[in-house]
Amino acid sequence: MVAKRAKNILIGNPGTSLANKTGSWRVFMPVYDKTKCTACGMCAMLCPDGCIHGDKAKKYDPDYDYCKGCGVCAKVCPVKCITMKEEQK
Amino acid sequence: MTTQTAENVKLFNSGHTACAGCGLALAARLVLQATGPKVIVVNATGCLEVFTTRSPQTAWGIPWIHSLFENQAAVATGVEAALRALGRGDEARVIAWGGDGASADIGFGGISGMWERYDDVLYICYDNEAYMNTGIQRSGLTPFKGHTSTSPAGKASLGNMKQKKNIPAIAVAHGLPYVATATVGYPKDLERKVKKAMEFKGPRYLQILVPCPLGWGHATSDTISMSKLAVETGLNPIFEYVDGKLATAMTVKQKPVEEYLKPQARFKHLFRDAAGAEQIKLIQEIANSNFAKFKVEAAK
Repeated sequence: MVAKRAKNILIGNPGTSLANKTGSWRVFMPVYDKTKCTACGMCAMLCPDGCIHGDKAKKYDPDYDYCKGCGVCAKVCPVKCITMKEEQK
Repeated sequence: MTTQTAENVKLFNSGHTACAGCGLALAARLVLQATGPKVIVVNATGCLEVFTTRSPQTAWGIPWIHSLFENQAAVATGVEAALRALGRGDEARVIAWGGDGASADIGFGGISGMWERYDDVLYICYDNEAYMNTGIQRSGLTPFKGHTSTSPAGKASLGNMKQKKNIPAIAVAHGLPYVATATVGYPKDLERKVKKAMEFKGPRYLQILVPCPLGWGHATSDTISMSKLAVETGLNPIFEYVDGKLATAMTVKQKPVEEYLKPQARFKHLFRDAAGAEQIKLIQEIANSNFAKFKVEAAK
C-alpha cells in the first residue's frame, strides 16, 4: 500500500520530461544550411537541451519541440552553417 | 515529434526546464554520457534538482534521489552502503551532485564527513558561482567583485568582497585519490575526467564550471565562449590531482581578464570608473597567481 502510494506521488518514470515541449519558449530559431554542414557533430555535443540529433550520414537537425533557441549551436559551428532567425508564429 | 518510448528515453532527456543556454544542463548530459547507465545520482537542492524534476515529470533516465539541501553526501553514503549490504555493489556506482552553494556552504560538513569516511562516491560540484536557483545570492564560490543580489555593486561596494573558496585544495587535503576541475567549454576534457574518476575507488571530487546566462548576465549563445575564457584568462584553471599530486593542467595561452569580464553584466560596474579599474588589476593578479600555481603556462 505504502509502496503503491509512493510510486504514484514520489517516483517519476524515466524521461517523462519529454512531455514538456519547451520549444514554445523560443524567440530565435536555428536554421541549418545543409549544403555547408560537414556533420562534425559539434552542435549536437554542445546543445544544452540535447535536442540536436543526427549522424555522420544524415547530418544534423534540431528537434524544434524542445529547442529553446539559445543560439549556442550557431556560435560553436565551425563552418557557420547555422543562422538564428526570428521565429514567425 | 518525439514521444516517450523505451527507445528514445536517454540517460538525460530533453524537456527539462533549464533556462536557454544553461551550461549546467549541458554538463549533466555530458557527465551521464561518460558514466553510462550504471549509476545512481543523489542530488542536492538547487538548479539541477529543480529544472530536471518538475513533479511529476523527470528528465533523468537513471535512478535519481533528492532529499534536502545539505545532506546529499550523507544520502549518497547511505545508498552506497545499501548497495554493498545487499551484495549489489557491482551493479551501480553512486554519484552525489550539488551546486556550489550546496557544496561549499550548506552541505560542506556532510561532504567533509563523506571524504573522511572514504566512501566510494563521486562528488560532482557544478559551479555556477552563486545561488542561481533562488535569485542569484552570493555563495562561497562567487568570484571576487562579482555582483549578486546579496553582494550588490553600488556606491558603497564593488561587489563580492571575498575570493572563491578553494574547494579542490580542501579535497586534496582530505587525501582523495582523484580531484579534478573541468568546464563545459572543453567537453572532451570533461568526458575524459569523468571516465577517469570512475576508474578510482573511494571518494572522488570533480568541480565543473557551468556558465549561467541569467546570473552572469551574458548572451545565452555565449555559454561555451564564457566557459573557455574562464580557463584562458586563468580565473578558473582546470587541472587534475591524482593521489595528491598535480597530474595535468590545461596548457593555454593567457588572455587578459577584461575579455572574460566585459561581456558579463555581473562585472559591468568594474568598467565605469577608476575605482573599478583598480579592482580589475586585482582580478588580473588572481589570474596570474593561478597561472603560476597550476602551471597553465602559455602555449609555445
